[in-house]
Amino acid sequence: MTGIVSYGTYIPKYRIKPSQIAHAWGKEVNEVEKALGVFEKAVASVDEDAVTLAVEATLNAAMPLNFDLSKIGAITVGSESHPYAVKPTATTVAGILGLPENLLAVDLEFACKAGTSGIQLLSGLINKDTKYVLAIGSDVAQSKPSDVLEYTAGSAAASFILGNKDTLANILDFTSYSSDTPDFWRRDTEKFPSHGGRFTGDPAYFNHVISASNLLLEKAKLKPADFEFAVFHMPNGKFPKEAAKRLGFKDEQLKPGFIVSQIGNPYSASSMIGLAATLDIANPKQKIFMCSYGSGAGSDSFIFETTPLLKQFQKKNSKNVQSQIQNKQMIDYSLVARNIINKYRI
Amino acid sequence: MRIKVAGVGLTKFGELWDKSLLDLGLEASLDAIKDSGIDKNTIDAVFVGNMLIGKIAGQDHLGPVISSSLGLNCASFRIEGACASGGLAVHLSLQGILAGTYKNVLVVGAEKMTDAPSSQITWALMGASSSKERKAGLTFPALYALMAQAHMQKYGTTREHLAHVSVKNHYHASLNKKAHYPYEITAEKVLNSSLISYPITLFDSSPITDGAGAVILSGDDSSKGVYITGSAVASDTIDLANRSSLTELKATQLAAKAALKQAGAEISDIKVCEVHDCFTIAEIMAMEDLGFCPKGEGGKYITKGHTRLGGKLPVNTSGGLKACGHPVGATGVKQIIEITEQLRKNAGSRQVKDANIGLTQNVGGTGATVVVHVLQI
Repeated sequence: MTGIVSYGTYIPKYRIKPSQIAHAWGKEVNEVEKALGVFEKAVASVDEDAVTLAVEATLNAAMPLNFDLSKIGAITVGSESHPYAVKPTATTVAGILGLPENLLAVDLEFACKAGTSGIQLLSGLINKDTKYVLAIGSDVAQSKPSDVLEYTAGSAAASFILGNKDTLANILDFTSYSSDTPDFWRRDTEKFPSHGGRFTGDPAYFNHVISASNLLLEKAKLKPADFEFAVFHMPNGKFPKEAAKRLGFKDEQLKPGFIVSQIGNPYSASSMIGLAATLDIANPKQKIFMCSYGSGAGSDSFIFETTPLLKQFQKKNSKNVQSQIQNKQMIDYSLVARNIINKYRI
Repeated sequence: MRIKVAGVGLTKFGELWDKSLLDLGLEASLDAIKDSGIDKNTIDAVFVGNMLIGKIAGQDHLGPVISSSLGLNCASFRIEGACASGGLAVHLSLQGILAGTYKNVLVVGAEKMTDAPSSQITWALMGASSSKERKAGLTFPALYALMAQAHMQKYGTTREHLAHVSVKNHYHASLNKKAHYPYEITAEKVLNSSLISYPITLFDSSPITDGAGAVILSGDDSSKGVYITGSAVASDTIDLANRSSLTELKATQLAAKAALKQAGAEISDIKVCEVHDCFTIAEIMAMEDLGFCPKGEGGKYITKGHTRLGGKLPVNTSGGLKACGHPVGATGVKQIIEITEQLRKNAGSRQVKDANIGLTQNVGGTGATVVVHVLQI
């Protein structure tokens, strides 16, 4: 059965508190972190971008099993911060990693769900010739400086190697739900994304996450209580808990993958890192529900079931999500300002 | 003056993302027509109060947008007077009836605000101020904050007094299903909310809201019901800096005096009242300018509970602009609807006992336009 053969993540070590950002812009500092449910977010350094994050995450995915990356037959990089508007991230990442050139390499963009869409697309390509595929979600998340989005927009990447042999977790089923919903966007040539404030809630995030989740639960004839764990896209600390509650999942099911309060929202990598953090602690034969969300808008929902191979992997995976969350250095807004100056060539 | 409020219709107020301005205007209009029991084809003029849709969505010429959608070919007008657009539309329609030009008119107040970003709404609303104020970078929260600071300095009004306006209006809104924010809040919540412009906090401020209200007004006074017996408009300098006082709205005083005179009533006769609480300080000043309490005593008057349901003069039983919501062009019409429902004894759990005469005060800008209506049974 098709599933996850290996996985890795990369979380930049720099962290900033949302209150520091609020302070830098002269905005209300009190309660900002509690209101968002986000207490720290990961910040990429000036020499990091979606390419370098994707490479680091994939190296971390290859490391535990000493996986030979030359066996990869297809790669997708889902991101909304591809460094080039025209020129694929996927070929650059593949080149750096030394992937073979008889390769399908393609970039995906769908706000925060392009990474999980890669898992869906690539899982159908696995055959006797293409034994392994690589789905990456990587973002140095974009936000307009001083906008409320800047409090949560984080940086990180997740990399999943898929195959149909020796899997750590099998993909039991998946589905998607999409509609033309303009809640968050950045037009070509515009520097910063815009969003529709509270419109990003009920008609956007909740409608799509809940619809995609219910579609899959109905399709698989399962209910929330049938899962040990659940991961929902985490734009902030409030939305995923609310979506889970409305669907009938409990806070305990979310807990292992609830990374937003410590690293913010690394867009395409958010739910994928949540899944990785859950796999880091799961036991064999446990079911994990996952639902991503991308503005614009759509959700991909998945059902995974872990295998006995997972325990051995966990022992070898020294760079698991928690270890990277703990490996941090607090910064003030000056590094963020340097990133802005660097990126926008001010 | 004796013009009958023959029918009323009001949409839910809130963030109504799935409804357009036309959807809202038609919903309110059809409800008002149904409530009046008149044949739609006997409507001989449509007055539409709206401030922003031309700037936000590029839709001017709003009169026929509404009238033609109702299948009418009668006279139709769009009236703009900032946040007093709705009240002005009611006032002007009355003049048409009084002149004998029209017999039955439909007045619609409608605004669709939540499709635009807050920055665009803030910019568009500043069209109600002066070029000097815009150049100075002022916004309406800042202008009302200046008035609040002056009031605090001169009369000892406190932030707690301001907060009590909000607490009281949220309580009233909690009893109104159509309110944008139908729930109660505490004074602490108001005082600890984000500071917009000292002393105005987020919870001292009315929200950006979608909504519409409509009334059918008729010159036929042969039956019992609610009648508008006074309607007056007064104006003042568009610039706050050119006023002799920052702690009062002269236009409120003048319009109230004229409207009450038309109605043959005294301010002490008023049993229920809807005033323009775009910011909490505005309701405090309204109490004083309308003459319900001495100048400078508005904050204490409200804090003592006199204007809460059960008090001697319930004010903003709808929840006011703060908690029922403030779709700017609709507000003046909504005020007429709320008082009509009170006088009809249709206000349910927020009904004011023995309400037989009520007043509305609708403000444009910082008081450059004020419309006051008196309604009676």
